[in-house]
Amino acid sequence: MITLQWVYILAGAAFAAFAILNLGGKDRPRRMGNALFWGLIAISMWFGNMLGDFGNGLLVLALVGVAGFGRLSRDPTGEVPQQQRQDGAARFGNGLFVIALIIPATALAGTLLFKHLPDLFETKQVTLISLALGVLIALAVGAVWLKATPQLAVRQGQRLMDSVGWAAILPQMLASLGAVFALAGVGDVVGDIVQQAIPDGSRFGAVLAFALGMTLFTMIMGNAFAAFPVMTAAVGVPLLINNYGGDPAIVCAIGMLAGFCGTLMTPMAANFNLVPAALLELKDENAVVKAQIATAIPLLIVNILLINFLAFR
Amino acid sequence: MWVLLGIAVIVAGFMLRFNPLLVIIVSAGVTGIAAGLDVHAIVSAFGKAFNDARYVTIVWIVLPVVGMLEGFGLQERARSLISGLKGATVGRLLAGYLLLRQATAALGLTSIAGHPQTVRPLVAPMAEAAATQQAGVLSDDDRETVKAYSAATDNVGLFFGEDIFLAIGSILLMKATLEQYGIILEPFALSVWAIPTAIAAFLIHGFRLWLLDRRLNRKSGAGEGQP
Repeated sequence: MITLQWVYILAGAAFAAFAILNLGGKDRPRRMGNALFWGLIAISMWFGNMLGDFGNGLLVLALVGVAGFGRLSRDPTGEVPQQQRQDGAARFGNGLFVIALIIPATALAGTLLFKHLPDLFETKQVTLISLALGVLIALAVGAVWLKATPQLAVRQGQRLMDSVGWAAILPQMLASLGAVFALAGVGDVVGDIVQQAIPDGSRFGAVLAFALGMTLFTMIMGNAFAAFPVMTAAVGVPLLINNYGGDPAIVCAIGMLAGFCGTLMTPMAANFNLVPAALLELKDENAVVKAQIATAIPLLIVNILLINFLAFR
Repeated sequence: MWVLLGIAVIVAGFMLRFNPLLVIIVSAGVTGIAAGLDVHAIVSAFGKAFNDARYVTIVWIVLPVVGMLEGFGLQERARSLISGLKGATVGRLLAGYLLLRQATAALGLTSIAGHPQTVRPLVAPMAEAAATQQAGVLSDDDRETVKAYSAATDNVGLFFGEDIFLAIGSILLMKATLEQYGIILEPFALSVWAIPTAIAAFLIHGFRLWLLDRRLNRKSGAGEGQP
């Protein structure tokens, strides 16, 4: 059966290749920091389940050590010359889009199809498995159609990976921090504070506390999933639903979306806000957040009003 | 109460622009110690969570494909495609992408687009090309803004589309959380209430894209009078 483990093996191979290319070659300097960083991630992908919890913790500390003290750098070498790129664009035209769309198309088809093949695929992970399959198909088509060598693909992939740098594991790190927060009971304490901040007897005050609490706690944690159970326990269920008789579906569905407004406004939501800044090589790493604030704040106000006027009819 | 020190570390660390990975580890350490855990337990808890969350980092396997296609001129092709379209503006292009992203996310197709898969190789270069046509010469600041708006549009489309889908993670989380309080809801009852916000998100962000168009058009002078 094809499981997530297979995808981890593939990902490990990709990161190992990025590491090896950073060890240097004819046309490129050696970048030990990058090699070590991607090498450690390859180890995590391949052997994570054998390292034990403490071993994985030490691996994280090593990753942070490499990144935290500025040992990662971009790769200025190996860019495909402008003329060659223009020739490729002229020669293959919209065929390039076709290959680019293989990954989303495979992810889509696989997600719908593989669910019905529980003997062959780990059904809970079909999207990630089909994503990996899409990558392999796209590379194969590229090799046949464009005559692209695997070396070219991996080398260009490594250049992009180096330009993303440590931001690549930021989402995974934040998810892990969330686990430590949960262990330490941070959510309960935040919930208590929010409860105390609500003026007695004010329904709108409770709606405001719920929605703003979702937004602010989401901004701190970087995702609304961590904030939702906390705010629901502190304000949503006891006050809005039980005390004021709010419709639970409306309170929760729109409350979650108030949290999503928070996601738009925080660097802690790294995969949405910091990673694209690195991928697009923006000078200001917070440029994406700044572009989103003026959408997020009016939308948050809309959400607050929607809860207030729809949930208590 | 002391466990909130970890949050203070996060906020201060990000504001003072320390390396975020370092800030996260320090925050985890401070939070753990404040909760009375020993160092071994903190490192183990973090390590376990890190290993369990490896799937988050898998998405980078798309980079060799993106790199390969960019080596063959994918960005250049995306640019020339847009330059050949009359009336293509950043605002219209991104509004179209916003609608597409919201609609596909609402059908549960959240991972068919995204920053590595579509924004970097396709959407951002197309937006840049359209903006260059509008403004004549694109200043560095404008280029940054257009790229940042491309990423922002993907996020807005995803966030305010996906909750309309029944089986998305956040809907299942809401259902599971409410069940703990004895409130049983069908996913459909929740997802239908994501629609008003989805419409508002399209209108608000669409309006901002229209403003971006106006700003770029005004720079060229030539585009005046056009929407």
